[in-house]
Amino acid sequence: MGSLTIKQAIHQMRKGLLSVEELCKKCQDILKKTRVLNMYVNETDPEQLSKNLQASSQAYAQEAAKCLEGIPVSFKDAFCTSDMPTTCGSKMLLNYTPPYDATMVTRTQENGAIVIGKTNMDEFAMGSGSLDGCHGPVMNPWNFAVLPAADRHVQGANNVSEDTLSVEPGDWFISGGSSGGSAAAVASGSCLASFGSDTGGSTRLPASFCGVVGLKPTYGLLSRHGLIPLVNSMDAPGIITKTVEDCSIVLNAVAGHDVMDSTTVVESYKPFEIQEDIDLSKLHIGIPKEYHGPGLSGEVLRLWQDTADNLEKAGARVTQVSMPHTQLCITCYHVLCCCEVASNMARYDGIEFGLREGSEESTEELYAASRHQGFNDVVRSRILAGNFFLLKRNYEKFFLKAQRVRRLISNDFKNVFRSGVDVLLTPISLTDAPRYRWFANQDNHTRCEEQDVLSTPANMAGVPAISIPLSLSSQGLPLSLQLIGPHFSESSLLTVAGWLEREAQFPYLNLDALGLNEEALRR
Amino acid sequence: MQHLSQKCLGVCWTFARLRAVRQLSSKVPPKPTWEKVDFDALPKVPEVDLALVEQLERISLVEFNNETGLEWLRSSVKSANRLHVVDTEGVEPLDNVLEDRELWLCEDQVTEGNCTEQVLLNALKTEEQYFVAPPGNVPLKKRDKQHLKLGLQEDEDSS
Repeated sequence: MGSLTIKQAIHQMRKGLLSVEELCKKCQDILKKTRVLNMYVNETDPEQLSKNLQASSQAYAQEAAKCLEGIPVSFKDAFCTSDMPTTCGSKMLLNYTPPYDATMVTRTQENGAIVIGKTNMDEFAMGSGSLDGCHGPVMNPWNFAVLPAADRHVQGANNVSEDTLSVEPGDWFISGGSSGGSAAAVASGSCLASFGSDTGGSTRLPASFCGVVGLKPTYGLLSRHGLIPLVNSMDAPGIITKTVEDCSIVLNAVAGHDVMDSTTVVESYKPFEIQEDIDLSKLHIGIPKEYHGPGLSGEVLRLWQDTADNLEKAGARVTQVSMPHTQLCITCYHVLCCCEVASNMARYDGIEFGLREGSEESTEELYAASRHQGFNDVVRSRILAGNFFLLKRNYEKFFLKAQRVRRLISNDFKNVFRSGVDVLLTPISLTDAPRYRWFANQDNHTRCEEQDVLSTPANMAGVPAISIPLSLSSQGLPLSLQLIGPHFSESSLLTVAGWLEREAQFPYLNLDALGLNEEALRR
Repeated sequence: MQHLSQKCLGVCWTFARLRAVRQLSSKVPPKPTWEKVDFDALPKVPEVDLALVEQLERISLVEFNNETGLEWLRSSVKSANRLHVVDTEGVEPLDNVLEDRELWLCEDQVTEGNCTEQVLLNALKTEEQYFVAPPGNVPLKKRDKQHLKLGLQEDEDSS
C-alpha cells in the first residue's frame, strides 16, 4: 500500500476500498521503520493529525473530497508551518515556530492533504548532499535495496553525530540535497508527495538520486510566501512525487497567483491532465551538447543516448543544439547565490527570533556572537564571500558581471526555444547516488560546484525543469534524466515526462516488505 | 528483500531493452564538450590580508573560523574570475526573469495587524511590547586574529 500513487489512493478512497486512516497509518509505519534514514525532523502532533484525518474521512463520507483529500504529504523544513517548528536545518532557528503558514502549506491543506511532518535538509538549503544540516545527514532509502542487511545498520545516520560518522565513515548512499529529506520521504513511501525547494537543483538532484519525480516549476508559478529565502530571484518551491501524473495533481492544487508573493504571475493558472496519447512527430527535442560536462558517468551518458534515440525512433524530431554559456552557469550561480545569501542572512540577529547567545554588551557583539553560533561553516563562508563580491570595488567586477552573464545564459534558453525546440533532454546528476564516504571527503562548496552543473541553468533562466527516474545503475540505484521547457510550459513538459515514464517502467522502491525492526537498525 | 532483487532483474531487462534499440547516430555528444579554463589568463586573485578580513567580518558579523575559511574565500574568488572569459560588453544585468511582465502590486491598504503578541512570540527578550536589544552604536571589539596568522598574506612578520 505504501507503494500507492496519489491517483490510486484517491481512487481507492473514493470507492471506499481504503480509508484515510489506513493510508496514513501505512505511511507512518514506514516512517517508523525507516527512522534510521533521518528523513524527518518534526512530525505533526498526533492529536492534530487525528483531527485532520477525521475531517478528511468525513469529506469522503459526504462525497465532498477535494483533489488531495487524505493524502499524506510532507514539507521541507524550509516552509513555514504555524503548528510546528521551522528550523531550515539550522541551529539559528531551532527555537523558531512561525506565526503563519507558507502558502504552499495552506493550499495543500485547503485541498485536503494531511501534513505528516517536516523533512530534513542542508542548512538554509545550502548543499547538494543533505549532509550539512544541524539535524544530521539523510540516508537514501535505496540503501535498503542495495546494501547487504549486515552493513545496513552499522552506520545509521540517526543519532550519530558527524564526528562518529567521520571516525567510522559510512559506506551508505546519500540522498542528495538540499531537499534530501523530501525526496527520501517520497521514495520510501512514508508520504505520497513532498515539497522541497529548488534554487540551484535542490529538488531535482535528490529526486534523481532517490528515484522519484522532482519538478522545479517556472519561476513565478508557485508562491514563495513562507518559504525561507536563499536566492530570491531563483528560489522555487519544488514538487516531489512518485509519478509524473501525481506531480501534475499536486501542481494543479497549488499553482497560481498569490497576493502574498508579488513575484507570482497574475495570469490565472489552467489545471491540466497528462495526455497519454501524444503525437511525438510534432515534438522537437533538443539535446544541448554542453550538458555533457566533466564527470558525467558512462551509465548516465548511455541512458541519455538511449532515451534520445528512443524518442527519435518513436517519431520525435531530435536535434543537437548548443547553449554556449552553460559552462559558466555554476560560477555565475555561485556569485549570485553568495551575494543574495549575504543580504538574506542579515535578518538573523537573535533579537526578533532565532538563536540569541553571547555577550549582551552591545548590539553588534550580540549579533556577531549569535550569528557565529547559529550558522555553520558553509553559511558563514557564503556570507563572507557574498560581502566580498558586493564591496564597492568588486560590485561591477563580480556582482554585475554575474548578472550580465546570467542574461546570456537566459538568452541561450530563449534562442533555443525560439528556434523551434519544444523541450530539452539532459542529464540531471552526473552519476547515481554517491556514497557518503566519497561525498564527504570534499567540502560542501566543491561538491556543489561539481554536482549542480546540470541543474543550475534552469534556475538562472527561471524555466521549468523536471527530473524523472528511468532506469537502475549497475549497482541497483536510480538513474534519472531532466527535461527543460520554456516558461510556463509545465503541461507539455509533464506530458513528455509522462511518455518517458511509461516507456521506462521504472521499478519504484517498495519498502512495504521491510521487516526489519528499528532496534536491529539502531544496533 | 527477495522481491527487490527480482525487481532489479526486471530493470536490467528494461535497460537491456533500451540498449537494444540503439541504432541511430545519437545526437548526444559522446565526449565531454567543456573547454578548459586558462586561469593564468584571468585577473589575479586579490590578496586576503588582515584589513580585508576585518572589513568582511565587520560587515558580515560572522568570523572566519580558521585558515581553511580564508583559503575558501580565495578559491571562491578564483572560481568567480572565470566569468571574465566571456565578453559582456553591452549586456544588461538580469535581476529577475520576470522583468518583462507587469507584476501585481497590492493596494496601499492595511490588510492585517493587531498581532503584537504573535510577532513577539519568537523573541527571547521582550519588555512590554518591545523587543529588547543591548546598547547600540558601539563598535565591534577588535578580535584576535592569531588563529588566521598562517593564512593571511602580507602579515606583520613579512614587514
